Amino acid sequence: MSIDRDTVLRIARLSRIAMEEDALAPMADELNGILAWVEQLDEVDTEGVEPMTGAIAAALPQREDSAEDGASTDDLLANAPDADDGFFVVPRVVE
Amino acid sequence: MSALTALTIADARAGLAARTFSARELVDAHIAAVEAGRGLNAFVAETFDHARAGADAADARLAAGEGRLLEGIPLAVKDLFCTKGVRSQACSKILEGFAPPYESTVTANLWSAGALMLGKTNMDEFAMGSANVTSADGPVVNPWRRRGEDKPLVPGGSSGGSAAAVAARLCLGATGTDTGGSIRQPAAFCGIVGMKPTYGRCSRWGMIAFASSLDQAGPLTRTVEDAALMLQAMAGHDPRDSTSIDRPVPDYAASLTGSVRDLTIGVPAEYRMEGMPAEIEALWADGVRWFREAGATVVDISLPLTRYALPTYYIVAPAEASSNLARYDGVRYGLRVEGDDPAEMYARTRAAGFGREVRRRILIGTYVLSAGYYDAYYLKAQKVRTLIARDFEAAFESVDAVLTPTAPFAAFAIGEKMDDPIAMYLNDVFTVPASLAGLPAISVPAGLTADGLPLGLHLIARPFDEPTLFRAAGVLESAAAFGHRPPAPGEAEAA
Repeated sequence: MSIDRDTVLRIARLSRIAMEEDALAPMADELNGILAWVEQLDEVDTEGVEPMTGAIAAALPQREDSAEDGASTDDLLANAPDADDGFFVVPRVVE
Repeated sequence: MSALTALTIADARAGLAARTFSARELVDAHIAAVEAGRGLNAFVAETFDHARAGADAADARLAAGEGRLLEGIPLAVKDLFCTKGVRSQACSKILEGFAPPYESTVTANLWSAGALMLGKTNMDEFAMGSANVTSADGPVVNPWRRRGEDKPLVPGGSSGGSAAAVAARLCLGATGTDTGGSIRQPAAFCGIVGMKPTYGRCSRWGMIAFASSLDQAGPLTRTVEDAALMLQAMAGHDPRDSTSIDRPVPDYAASLTGSVRDLTIGVPAEYRMEGMPAEIEALWADGVRWFREAGATVVDISLPLTRYALPTYYIVAPAEASSNLARYDGVRYGLRVEGDDPAEMYARTRAAGFGREVRRRILIGTYVLSAGYYDAYYLKAQKVRTLIARDFEAAFESVDAVLTPTAPFAAFAIGEKMDDPIAMYLNDVFTVPASLAGLPAISVPAGLTADGLPLGLHLIARPFDEPTLFRAAGVLESAAAFGHRPPAPGEAEAA
C-alpha cells in the first residue's frame, strides 16, 4: 500500500493539520518509507491471535457516578487563548 | 563544584538526618549548579524560589526529627508532568504558556515525601524522539564528550533534559517518562540509572499523554538505590487513573540485598543485532560474566518476535498519539492561530504548534486508524503485540530477569540521524519490547566505549517484580563499578 499526495492531503484534513502544497509530496515519501518498514509485520502469523489493547490484564474499576473535586471555571479558563464571561471564545461557526 | 552536588540521594538523606548540612545548603548548592549548567539547556523552567522555601520547611521538619522519605532532596521534573502554576508544555509550541491549575499525582507524591523541585526539564516534543532534538525549546547537550573532541552530543531522549541534569550533577534525581525507552536510553547515553516500572505502577494522572497504553513515569538517578528510593515515593494506586493498579508498594530499597544466587538471568539471542558495535557485544558478555561470578545462573533464551517490536511500536504509539493529541485545538489552552472559522483555526493552530516529528506521527497514526487500513496496520500490530508479550511470559517461566544492552550505540552528535526517521527509531530497538509488554526494566551504566562514552546494560523483569529488578540491577552496578562521570559545568575538562 502506498501513500500519494492526495492521501496525505486527506489524512492531514482528518488530522486537522494545515499543509502547504509543496510539503505534500515530501511527506508522502517519508510516510511511505515508514509504512514499507512496518509492513514487515505481514511476515508474522497472527491467525487466531487476540489483539492486545492494554499493557495489563485488569478489569477497569468502577465507581459511583458522582461529582468530585472539579476545578473552578476561573481555573479552567485561565489558560484559554480567548475567554469571555465564563465561556471559551471561538470564531463564528454559522453566519 | 560543591561536594554536596556529588552526593547520592541515599547519602544526602543520611547527611540531612545527621544535620551535617542543611536542606537549604543542599538546595543552594544545586541552584548554583543549575545556573552554571545553563549551557546544557537541560532546564526549561527554574523554580528556585519554590525550592528555597521548601528547603526551609524541610529543615524545620528535619530539626524536629520528622523528615520524610525524600525530605529536602532537590529534584528536577520532566516538562511532561503537570505542575500547578508552573509551565507544563511537553516542550511543544502548541502548549505555549500553559500553567496547569493542578498537580500530577507522581509529582504530588514526591512533594508529599518532602522532595523539592528545582525546575522543569527539557524533552523531545510530546516525548516523541530519542535524542532530545525535537524539543521546541532547543536541543539538550550531553555533559559527556568523546575523548579529545568537543563536538556536542545528544543526551538521548525523550527524557534528555532529566538525564543530562542528573549526569551533570545539577540535581540529585529527576522524573522521566518512558513510552518506548525514553527513560532508559537517555540514562544509558548519559551514564546514569534510568528505571521504567511496570505499566500501572505509577499513576498517569497529570502526565501529558503520548501513547496511553505505554506511557509510564519513572526515576533517573545516579545509583540503583536512589532509583529505588525515588520510585518508592512516586508509585502507588490512584483512583484518578483507571489503569493504576491497586496493590501495595513494597520497600524497594530493602530489596537490594546484594545477592543473586537464587536468580536465573536470561540472555536473548535475538538481541544480537547486525551491525552492533563489538564493544557493546563485549560489554553484554561482561554482564553475563558478572552475574555468573555473583552466583546467578545465566541461560540462553529466545524471544523470537523481538525484531517485530519496533515496527509494532511505530504503529501502536502513533495511533494512540493521533487520538491523544486531538485535544490541542487552540480553544482551551496553549497556542491559537486565528482562522475564519473553527476548522481553519484548528488546522492552522496545529500546523504551527506541532513540530515536524509530531506532525509526522499524527499523520501516520491517523492513516493506520483510518477506514480501510485499520485491520491491515493497527489490528495487525495489536496482534503482534500480544505475541511479543507471550514471548516474555514464556521466558519468565524459566528466568527471573532478562539481560540485554540498553541501546545499539552510544551517544551521537547533535544533528546526526536526522535525515532518516527509521535510523532515529533504532535507538529504542532494545527498550521497546518491554514497553509493549508493560514490563519493568532498568538501565545501569556499565562501561565506556573506546572513545570514552558511557554504555548501559538493561534488565527486564516480570510484572510488578521491581524488587527482583532492583536486586539484580544492584549486583550489576557493583560488579560494573562504573565510577566514571562527566565534568560538571564549570569543572576543568581534565577532572
